[in-house]
Amino acid sequence: MDQRPDWRHSVGLAGGLGALLLAAAVATPAAMGQAPARNAIPPGPAGIFGQATYPGKQRPPGDPAVIARGQALFGINCKACHGADLRGGDLGGPNLLRSALVLGDQSGEAIIPVVQKGRPASQGGPPMPAFALPRADAQAIAEYIHSIVGRKVNQGGPPPLPEKPLDILVGDPGRGAQYFAAHCRSCHSASGDLRGIATRIANPATLQDSWVAGRRAGAPVPGAPATPPTQVLVTLNSGGTVQGTLKHLDDFTVSLTTAQGQYRSFIRQGPQGVRAVQVRDPLQQHRQLLTQYTDGDMHDVTAYLATLK
Amino acid sequence: MIRVARCAVLLVGASLGLFGCALAADPTQSASLPPLLPPAQLLQPLKDSWPTYAGDYSGRRYSSLRQIDKSAVAHLSLAWTTRLNGEVRDGRSRNPFAPPSSIITNVGGEGKGDYAIPPPAVKGAVLQVDGVLYVTSPDNAWAFDARSGTELWHFFWKTRGGTHIASRGPALWNSSLFFETPDDYLVSLNARTGHENWHVPIAEFADEYFSTMAPVVIGNHLLVGTGNDSDAPGFLQSFDPATGKLQWKRYMVPMTADDPVLKSWPSLDAARHGGGQVWMPGSYDPQTDLYITGTGNPTPGYTGVARLGDNLYTCSMVAVRVATGEIIWHYQTSPHDTHDWDSSQTPILFDGTIDGKPRKLVATAARNGYFFTLDRVTGEHLVSYKFGTTANWSKGTKANGQPDPNPEKSATVPGSLVSPFEGGVTNYQAAAFNPDTGLFYTHENTGFNILYLTDPDPRGSMGLGGKRFSVVGYSGNAFQAIDYRTGKPAWRHVWPGNGGTGTSVLTTATGLVFTGDTNGNFVAMDATNGDLLWHTGIGNISAPPETYALDGHQYVLASVGDALFAFVLN
Repeated sequence: MDQRPDWRHSVGLAGGLGALLLAAAVATPAAMGQAPARNAIPPGPAGIFGQATYPGKQRPPGDPAVIARGQALFGINCKACHGADLRGGDLGGPNLLRSALVLGDQSGEAIIPVVQKGRPASQGGPPMPAFALPRADAQAIAEYIHSIVGRKVNQGGPPPLPEKPLDILVGDPGRGAQYFAAHCRSCHSASGDLRGIATRIANPATLQDSWVAGRRAGAPVPGAPATPPTQVLVTLNSGGTVQGTLKHLDDFTVSLTTAQGQYRSFIRQGPQGVRAVQVRDPLQQHRQLLTQYTDGDMHDVTAYLATLK
Repeated sequence: MIRVARCAVLLVGASLGLFGCALAADPTQSASLPPLLPPAQLLQPLKDSWPTYAGDYSGRRYSSLRQIDKSAVAHLSLAWTTRLNGEVRDGRSRNPFAPPSSIITNVGGEGKGDYAIPPPAVKGAVLQVDGVLYVTSPDNAWAFDARSGTELWHFFWKTRGGTHIASRGPALWNSSLFFETPDDYLVSLNARTGHENWHVPIAEFADEYFSTMAPVVIGNHLLVGTGNDSDAPGFLQSFDPATGKLQWKRYMVPMTADDPVLKSWPSLDAARHGGGQVWMPGSYDPQTDLYITGTGNPTPGYTGVARLGDNLYTCSMVAVRVATGEIIWHYQTSPHDTHDWDSSQTPILFDGTIDGKPRKLVATAARNGYFFTLDRVTGEHLVSYKFGTTANWSKGTKANGQPDPNPEKSATVPGSLVSPFEGGVTNYQAAAFNPDTGLFYTHENTGFNILYLTDPDPRGSMGLGGKRFSVVGYSGNAFQAIDYRTGKPAWRHVWPGNGGTGTSVLTTATGLVFTGDTNGNFVAMDATNGDLLWHTGIGNISAPPETYALDGHQYVLASVGDALFAFVLN
């Protein structure tokens, strides 16, 4: 339930040299609530402000030796049911990283009795057998569990997973080439602006994000054509026109920088308002295609572009 | 619980019976001063004040004030502006815009005050009662003079931590002001002084709950919701506003094996970690004594593999009996959501005509891009329409009007191109309904993202984890005036530019709509056709706009982050 607080947008205008793709930063979401924090109360002499978190992440780090012993004991006694990553196992043990009992435990007072005495079937789960472990061992298991809980990421995500490369290249490069020829070739070419794109953007997912958005990514290519920025043509009340690079546009004002570098702004409403505003947005086609691609089209084109080493 | 039972008896046979208990001892009552807002007053038509989140119980955000009309609105200008100040120096409030303040900050809380918290921002209700504005931000509450913007008091809460994403505002009952804190307390203040009456925990902080909802006062019930992103069950609670004693707690997912909707989950364990948070204020129908609330997404949010089924009562409109918390009807607006698209939007209650028949209705525009009109007495489905013009995640609607999710548009390893993006077609922004035009007003986000599954574990991921998304563009964000009888727009205004977030809406009996555009303008539009009648560039509107009247002047109040702006006809 991400209560999206707001979206901050930076619609950067393209203009960089050697753009691989029609370059323009698309708006990116950023939680305004995550803005750099300002102290609510001044720190005392030794005051250090921490990021506000939950109790599972507020615990001081445990003794590494105890945690290591707990990890070994967990592997022997608990892993089969609760999983090597504590997220639940084949034998039906619950995910401990979201267990209210675990999260509410301070220093073993809730976990140790369950380890030592077991638990009847509850909350739709199977019963848990008792483990004849000395208190210190049960305590070590609790410490180990807490150390993993402390590695959970924001918004309830599990601790970072081991890097396991996922193959996103499931499309057909041949079909992708056909799609490219039909929809993209008026602006882009495999031997021109996109030459070597898969080398410059080695990660296929980044490549896909970039080309779909029309976002520049990767190192610039010397000599490649600059990407045209968004242009605007303003027709004044007098009938004259002013054109240039769009700086700002809303229902009430439009502003631009002329080819000579002069900044101009105009009001759009009322008797003094301009007559017409025509925007030439180089990303228009990208935006239009967003409503037309199937996921298959997208994967095919990505697979094709990934061949342009 | 005795108190609840006594009130429940009074309820029988009298629709206003709840209010029979409303005069129970209020710790802030003074012998010489009348209560600021007796709860029975909330049953009166909305006039000069703005005493609740949406003005009145209907959720319409509709004001009957008539001074500012389509012609006068062109002359709207600034009465005052002020900034929220969350900083405390030497026990005093500090406002960079104002002379050194004499305001002593009252401090409460169970934390040590050693966490950095975000700067103040208004993202919820601003109440106006008796010429005083009541404003909140995470860990902070303030009172301001509604005529001048002068700060009257400040209360600061030393937090234990937690997600400081927003406060959706306070609630007022007699002379007590209530707000929720990110570390899961319900705090009662003396609204006249800003001194604390009491605070009570409302959720297990260790389970990663965070509390943002604007509490809702109904008689002697204070309805309180919480938030959680971490696979904990959602619930709505009712507290005694005088004492903070729990009256009832209603989970929005099955918690026991005998729950009638458990069949919409694969297991009790999945249901008990299934989310369905209640984090926005709902609406109340005094005639049926039903409180109608939206509920949040199921969890884990993006990996539905371990919670196959519809996952009731997540992403639903739920009608609850106020005295008991019993669910009277429910309608799920997003079965088996896999995109974190809460249906938490405040439902809007109004009477209308469907197929020639007068009906008592409730409508909502959901984050998933679908608009719904239901019969609010029975929950009978009447209208569905995909108002999100770019929404592409559904195969259509089922016979009962529910969207039918296309599983291919969940997060996938090679990426699925999904609209809306994670934030939804709408989100927390409050829609409005104008009974004169019969139109429902909401903004519409048209963003697309590529949604990748990064944790293909067959057990599903946890919380909002297991995915990555990349926003790849917009089709043109817009503002819509929706005909509740069809769900189709009577008019739609596309904001120039790419991206940007639309905001909450206010509408008036003079045929105006106030909202923010996507470029930092606060605008007034003609409610009948969307013509732009007035604007001012004060920044992105962060809280729902509202209107009130004092001394014969009608004010329009807008909030931009930590700044409040009040406009009048000067």
